[in-house]
Amino acid sequence: MIKATAQETAAQEFDSVVASHRVQIFRFLLASTRDVDLAETLTQDCFLKAHRNWAGFRGESSALTWLMRIAINLQKDHWRNRRLQFWRHTRTNAVDLDEAGEWLPSGERNAEQRILAKEQVAHVWQAVNKLSERQRTVFLLRYVDELELKEIAVTTGMGEGTVKAHLSRALARVRKEFGKD
Amino acid sequence: MEHRDENTRQPEELETLEPQLREALDNFKSSVTAWSEAMMSRPREAKAPARTNWGLVAKWVLACAVFAGTVSGGIYQNHRQQEIARAEAAAAAARAAAQQRELAAQAQKEQSAQSAADLMAKVDSDVSQEVPSALEPLASLMTDDQAKGN
Repeated sequence: MIKATAQETAAQEFDSVVASHRVQIFRFLLASTRDVDLAETLTQDCFLKAHRNWAGFRGESSALTWLMRIAINLQKDHWRNRRLQFWRHTRTNAVDLDEAGEWLPSGERNAEQRILAKEQVAHVWQAVNKLSERQRTVFLLRYVDELELKEIAVTTGMGEGTVKAHLSRALARVRKEFGKD
Repeated sequence: MEHRDENTRQPEELETLEPQLREALDNFKSSVTAWSEAMMSRPREAKAPARTNWGLVAKWVLACAVFAGTVSGGIYQNHRQQEIARAEAAAAAARAAAQQRELAAQAQKEQSAQSAADLMAKVDSDVSQEVPSALEPLASLMTDDQAKGN
């Protein structure tokens, strides 16, 4: 009876975690891959893996950083497997940079502001595309998911100094992209 | 379980960035958020799992087989040519040695024939100078050349 109640509580907790963080995990994976189908698949895999290991989660880090770490590892595994299984016919649905930059929230901007915003977003995508895998991960975790430097360090397994260095290089790249105009 | 208020948590270093860069990063976040929200709320369609492209596998296998055949054929051909060249060189060397031996034998034969002829001539000469004791006074008057002329 007590065991059943504990299991129910754990299931409810996990449901709450999924509801709270699914959007963020999907957003990070979408920004990393620019592939909607792949981001959805990896998000599902992430929560499946998290569910299997939920009993082992001790809350030493936040649930979000734990989930992000799983998501990053799944993404790495995906690219590694894809490189090894080069003969597999895997369709890549990654959208190009222009298409990714087309999205803007429907706000109270006028046409000129929207065009300017799209140009800026396109510049940032260009810069993100030129970043190394680590720099991109750190940049997206900081400026899209708005994780703290400490959280990024825990998520990626890097030191905080290394995270700062990657972030600084990523920002320099974005600045350079804007300086081309 | 912690929940984030996404509107209130912004990286503090954004304040220190240039206005244009700050605005661009804000727009970038808004754009990615709008995109992900739109994609999350879209209707889903079932997708067939990725299939193994057997045609591509067959092409790779064929290409590997052709490559391996070409390389091993080349190596075999090269090895064979080297073997033939080595055998031809050995045969030529044997032929040259035999010819050398033959020439040496012939020279030796000629030399021994010559020495036999010389010996015979010397014997003839010695014999021709031998005369009966009654003619010895006359023989001493003859020169060697005259004796040989006889």
